[in-house]
Amino acid sequence: MRAVTERGLQVVIGLEIHAQLLTASKMFCGCAVAFGAPPNTLVCPVCLGLPGALPVPNRRAVELGLRTALALGCRVHPRSQFHRKNYYYPDLPKNYQISQYQYMDHPPLATDGWLEIEVDGEVRAIRIRRVHLEEDTGKLLHPQDGRPRSLVDYNRSGVPLMEIVTQPDLRSPAEAREFLLELRALLQTLEVSAGRMEEGTLRVDANISLRQPDGTLGTRTEVKNLNSLRALERALTFEAERQAGLLAQGTPVVQETRHWDERRQVTFSTRTKEEAEDYRYFPEPDLVPLHIDEAWLDAIRASLPELPAQRRARYVTALGLGRHEANLIVRDPKLAAFFEATLAAFPQPRTVANWLVGDVAGVLHAEGREIDQTALTPARLADLLRLVEEGRISIRAAKELLPEVMRRDDPPAALVAERGLEQLSDPEALARVVDEVLAAHSQPAEEYRQGKDRALAFLVGQVMKRTGGRANPDLVNRLLRERLRNA
Amino acid sequence: MLDTLLPAATLIEGLRRRDWSALEVVDAYLARIEALDGQLRAYLHVDPEAARAEARRWDERAARGEPLPPLAGIPVAVKDNICTRGVPTTCGSRILEGWRPPYDATVMVRLRQAGAVLLGKTNLDEFAMGSSTENSAFGPTRNPWDLSRVPGGSSGGSAAAVAAGLAPWALGTDTGGSIRQPAALAGIVGLKPTYGRVSRYGLVAYGSSLDQIGPLTRTVRDAALLLQVIAGQDPLDATSAPVPVPDYTAALGEGIAGLRIGVAREGRGEGLQPGVAAAVEAALEVLAGLGAELREVRLPMLDYALATYYLVATAEASSNLARYDGVRHGLRVPAPDVVEMFARTRAAGFGAEVKRRIMLGTYALSSGFYDAFYLKAQRARTLVRRDFEAAFREVDLVALPTSPTVAFRLGERVDDPLQMYLADIFTVPVNMAGLPGISVPCGFADGLPVGLQLIGRPFDEATLLRAAHAYEQATPWHRRAPALAAAA
Repeated sequence: MRAVTERGLQVVIGLEIHAQLLTASKMFCGCAVAFGAPPNTLVCPVCLGLPGALPVPNRRAVELGLRTALALGCRVHPRSQFHRKNYYYPDLPKNYQISQYQYMDHPPLATDGWLEIEVDGEVRAIRIRRVHLEEDTGKLLHPQDGRPRSLVDYNRSGVPLMEIVTQPDLRSPAEAREFLLELRALLQTLEVSAGRMEEGTLRVDANISLRQPDGTLGTRTEVKNLNSLRALERALTFEAERQAGLLAQGTPVVQETRHWDERRQVTFSTRTKEEAEDYRYFPEPDLVPLHIDEAWLDAIRASLPELPAQRRARYVTALGLGRHEANLIVRDPKLAAFFEATLAAFPQPRTVANWLVGDVAGVLHAEGREIDQTALTPARLADLLRLVEEGRISIRAAKELLPEVMRRDDPPAALVAERGLEQLSDPEALARVVDEVLAAHSQPAEEYRQGKDRALAFLVGQVMKRTGGRANPDLVNRLLRERLRNA
Repeated sequence: MLDTLLPAATLIEGLRRRDWSALEVVDAYLARIEALDGQLRAYLHVDPEAARAEARRWDERAARGEPLPPLAGIPVAVKDNICTRGVPTTCGSRILEGWRPPYDATVMVRLRQAGAVLLGKTNLDEFAMGSSTENSAFGPTRNPWDLSRVPGGSSGGSAAAVAAGLAPWALGTDTGGSIRQPAALAGIVGLKPTYGRVSRYGLVAYGSSLDQIGPLTRTVRDAALLLQVIAGQDPLDATSAPVPVPDYTAALGEGIAGLRIGVAREGRGEGLQPGVAAAVEAALEVLAGLGAELREVRLPMLDYALATYYLVATAEASSNLARYDGVRHGLRVPAPDVVEMFARTRAAGFGAEVKRRIMLGTYALSSGFYDAFYLKAQRARTLVRRDFEAAFREVDLVALPTSPTVAFRLGERVDDPLQMYLADIFTVPVNMAGLPGISVPCGFADGLPVGLQLIGRPFDEATLLRAAHAYEQATPWHRRAPALAAAA
């Protein structure tokens, strides 16, 4: 971001996040929410927008919205209103979307919250402007079958969405990424959304502008089509540089919507403000205002789980984890649940954490899986770690065995037996091997006696080699030293 | 053959006594439709075989001695903007020509559960936008009292069918007077229930915050019977109210002694035909004679109701009618790209009045105009409601003419939308306030029917029906039938 920093410009970013809510049915009808169903099989008169059909709000979706709003410290409005956002598009069956607009006298579900993020050791509160509910659209398909046509699948039409809008408080693309990671962890911890950007259950648009050193605010652009964390960070970096470049040439930034082109790694203009649509928002007359009573809010508040920030603090202070390990675990709520369940059977937090963020994460990453998509269970991991602790296998053997423990539905002990990885801790048996090694390598033995400590490592390695890595390294060390001292 | 001008209540009793069968009843109406609908054009769709099959089913169940629901075997006509499963529902528009809904409106579900037999779908102004039924894409309906005149609208098909004995009763819809005004012009009873009293699920929306389904009937008792079946909260309509439904016929005969009826000066303004004014004044005297206490009330906001209505209703309509784009149902005019397909489909599918209201409503909601038009209209609407609230602190009902004029001639007002809109000047305020209103025949002017409108407190249809019934029983108007009918 050379052009930005050289000119003393400040990047100003605000995010608009859409999260699909984890409800069984759609926002305004009883149709199931599911992925991969044949096109137009999860539809009814309501989500198809057939003449005469009317929406009825999904109470569970409202509840998930409220969980989020409370966790973000928002002000929940006791009476909020749905509105119609009018625009024509074939994936929008009514040609209006039921959403929540912000008027003074009928606010959205919740406003004025915040979420803390930590950047370079500094904790910053990013303000949340609003949290509201709306319905998703269908999906357009453009089959390449030579026929001049498009198809529409309305299975997604009416799926509950929650929109979260931040204030323009983010100061760099990296901060934007950090915020999204923290928010995603929050949504997943609350079990309100799957929060997967790649699958479209979490979508983000960003507004970005540059502030002059004297505080003058710049013209903002809106960046869309950000389908991954990496895309978010790269697109914003590109856009900041692009705007700085324009300003350097004395060209004004145009307020417009820009699309991130993942292939070319650039943003391009799709719509300028002059062409901006007039959505003709007005209160949805088919729905009565949403009344949220205090008792309902109290019940939801009481049911909130430990939030990522609280959990992170506890891991560091009570469990003694490093900030880095704690963060890696907390950012993935499934991993955090796994971690805590493992602790119940093997109460050594740092060991468990190191395994999870180290070798386990390595296998997951290599295989593109998530923790709940393997054969590894907290009990199995605890078993494996206990085998190490009891000296029955070496750490090395445990690491070697891990991929198999994660793949096969067998207890670690059985896999150890099967592969003969049980550690050799019988002094008599090991003493024989040690004697063999010393007989075969008289020179390193001589070197050790003359004070070359490194020669010992060679000898240990030879013993390990002869035992297929199963020898207890502590014991081998001790035996070697004894023999060499006595000889 | 059975007299098709009998009230539905009489048909029900006759069926119970086995004076006639359901099939005989249905056949009598089908024969009457066959004989007269060529002139009237009250129906857009009649399926004689389906109606007969349903009637036979009820006759068979009766023959087996099975317990029967309250309207078993009784025919009903339904306005063509109410969804009927598998049966064409056009809204009087080319854009929905040939569309058969895959579902029944909640009122249809309730009618079917009550045993009613669907006789056919009745004509209307396109998407219920109009006061004469001349805006139907499938041609106008004629007034059975004078075939050169309109039956009112938009439920003109339902009104003409009931008035001429082509149906014992019918469902209509009322957004600004579309049940009461045609009932008045056709000399029958029309009831618009309180907003939220009857489910709108399956009613093709025009002005969502104003639309209500209600009965058009020969008698007030019939209106009570039909309302009984369709009223009540519906989980599929978030705006339907969780208010218990009383027994509407139980108190019908209790009289109106001591009932306070408000008479508004604003109901005597210019534009009111002298014959209509005279009939309404005479009706008020009858009510006084029955023991009602007449009191002056003021409804100063009444003057603003019509202008306000044409902002609120059209704003909602502009959004409600956006879904007719050729993608999913009804007419599609092919084009090289999707935007052009939208444009061509809508240009070809909508009539002039619908286009006028969509444009008006789009304008009222547009950025920069929203506050001046839509928002201001909503505030005026609140004031109209407050006028009525103030009146109802003094009185139990408010009386107004239903329509300022009797039925006008076909073509007389089609080129003058503002003149046409004035037909609803006394009915629109009732929708704006969400109140129940009934039109009951109260005499004739120049040989054409006049209607008296009574307006009640929210969800107090019972008092409305009781007063209308008392008036009806004290007067001969409901026993008159159009000459057309007598000649047939």
